[in-house]
Amino acid sequence: MEPKPQDSTRPSPGAVRVDCAPAFTAAGQHAMSPQLEHDDIARFNFLANFNKFMASKVVGGNAVAFAQRARPAYVAAQGHAPRDRREIRAAMRPDPYYRLWSSLRRNAMEMRQQVGRSVVLRQAGSLSARAQAANTGAATLRLDPGTQVPRYQSAIDNHCMPGSYNQEYFPADVSAAANYDLGMFATTTGLFGRFLDGAGTGTAAWLRKLRPEWQPRRILDIGCGLGHNSVPLARAYPDAEVIAVDLAAPMLRYGHARAAGMQVPNLAFMQANAEQLPFAAGHFDFIYSTMFLHETSYQALRGILREASRLLARGGVHVHLEQPPYHGMDEFEKFLRDWDCYHNNEPFWTTIHDTRLPELLPQLGFAEDRIFETEIHAIVDQEMPKVAAEVEDYGRGGMWYAVGSERPQ
Amino acid sequence: MSDVFSHADYLTLVNAAANGKRPYFFDNPDIDRLIAIVLAMAGELAVARERLDTVERLLARKGTLSRADVDQFRPDAAEAAERGRWHLEYLARIFRVLQQEQELLQRGPAEPSAEEVSGELAR
Repeated sequence: MEPKPQDSTRPSPGAVRVDCAPAFTAAGQHAMSPQLEHDDIARFNFLANFNKFMASKVVGGNAVAFAQRARPAYVAAQGHAPRDRREIRAAMRPDPYYRLWSSLRRNAMEMRQQVGRSVVLRQAGSLSARAQAANTGAATLRLDPGTQVPRYQSAIDNHCMPGSYNQEYFPADVSAAANYDLGMFATTTGLFGRFLDGAGTGTAAWLRKLRPEWQPRRILDIGCGLGHNSVPLARAYPDAEVIAVDLAAPMLRYGHARAAGMQVPNLAFMQANAEQLPFAAGHFDFIYSTMFLHETSYQALRGILREASRLLARGGVHVHLEQPPYHGMDEFEKFLRDWDCYHNNEPFWTTIHDTRLPELLPQLGFAEDRIFETEIHAIVDQEMPKVAAEVEDYGRGGMWYAVGSERPQ
Repeated sequence: MSDVFSHADYLTLVNAAANGKRPYFFDNPDIDRLIAIVLAMAGELAVARERLDTVERLLARKGTLSRADVDQFRPDAAEAAERGRWHLEYLARIFRVLQQEQELLQRGPAEPSAEEVSGELAR
């Protein structure tokens, strides 16, 4: 599918304001974009609108059902109100409204995978060939077939993606990455931008504001996936060398070929476990991750942050974008946010959001650093159709909690 | 048709289940299964409606069309917004019950039943 050229006689997409999801045709086209047929696009349009409908019209009913029905029933049975998110979960589990919402939400995610796979498995051969043509002989893609898939990736398939990020049906298969790329736009209803790069673009803008004149020499993106948030840093700092690491070869093959068409020669992809990276101590001036740490584990989180501390140069900065931590949050909201942990196959979600990362960092090598917490907002393309008031979808919005530190010179 | 897999393998792989036990939310998991089917059908009806919308637009524009015209059709911003509005109405119609459940929950248990009102009016 070719992007539609802008026609100045028609209103620009940004001028049209409707409270619906942006049409799937607004998704950015790049060198690896799968070919979409009319009905593929229509299926994603349904899913994006359904997800937005669930987030804007349906999820709120859970609070009503809790106040009016589930909470009183719990009090009658237990003699006290639910005291924390676990007891709220127990109170809500029998509630008919919660059950219907949950069943629909789980199915929407499963349908996203089915629709995405119906597109990419149809053309898995040509996608792989396209990636190989861009990747063969490139020094900027370093794969290591000896990389072990850790338990936190293999036990349960993240976001109900069959085979998760690592699935290879044949050598050099990239279908897992292509499916992820397509589905993200539908699930996030465009809030991450046309190229899903809102977090990376937001991070680059945040860093520029924190240190206006600073020029990092080497940048590390941990858990880069298909590099959608690596490209914006490479573009923002064209004189820096950006290394994007991930465990999954399909993501890296696809991401490298995708980036190859975006003129970012300073970006290299590497397959490695971020707990042990082949770089000297103090190699990187800026280290970051976007929505990655919640997909690891108690042990891996510590291992990855300890390694980040080893790799961070003096005078350097590191930052990690995640969903907000639960500390100080309303118990009912924690319960809603936990839904993704148990029902969208994000098994470390509840634990990481209970973790006080600013208190953890000093124990993992950042003791000398100035530790900070902040908020980073997605910056999305101007061409993205404007959607009415962004809605918080409990874990899927375009705004993140960010934690990190600045290391003294 | 897939460029790698046989059609039978393609259909099986497309529908593969993710690793990890699937959650069922209702006491009777058949309700969860039924919702899976209903939501998939709601999706396919939206696809059929979008295809019809494409056909109508192409016919209005050109008076004729080919299958390739339909497959290659991409709405402009205004057309996409019109189709988006249709989605909002469609979802509201299909999932009416969710809105009504919320409204009834808001009103609370004080809402009288028809039996109660019938008894009241008979006195």
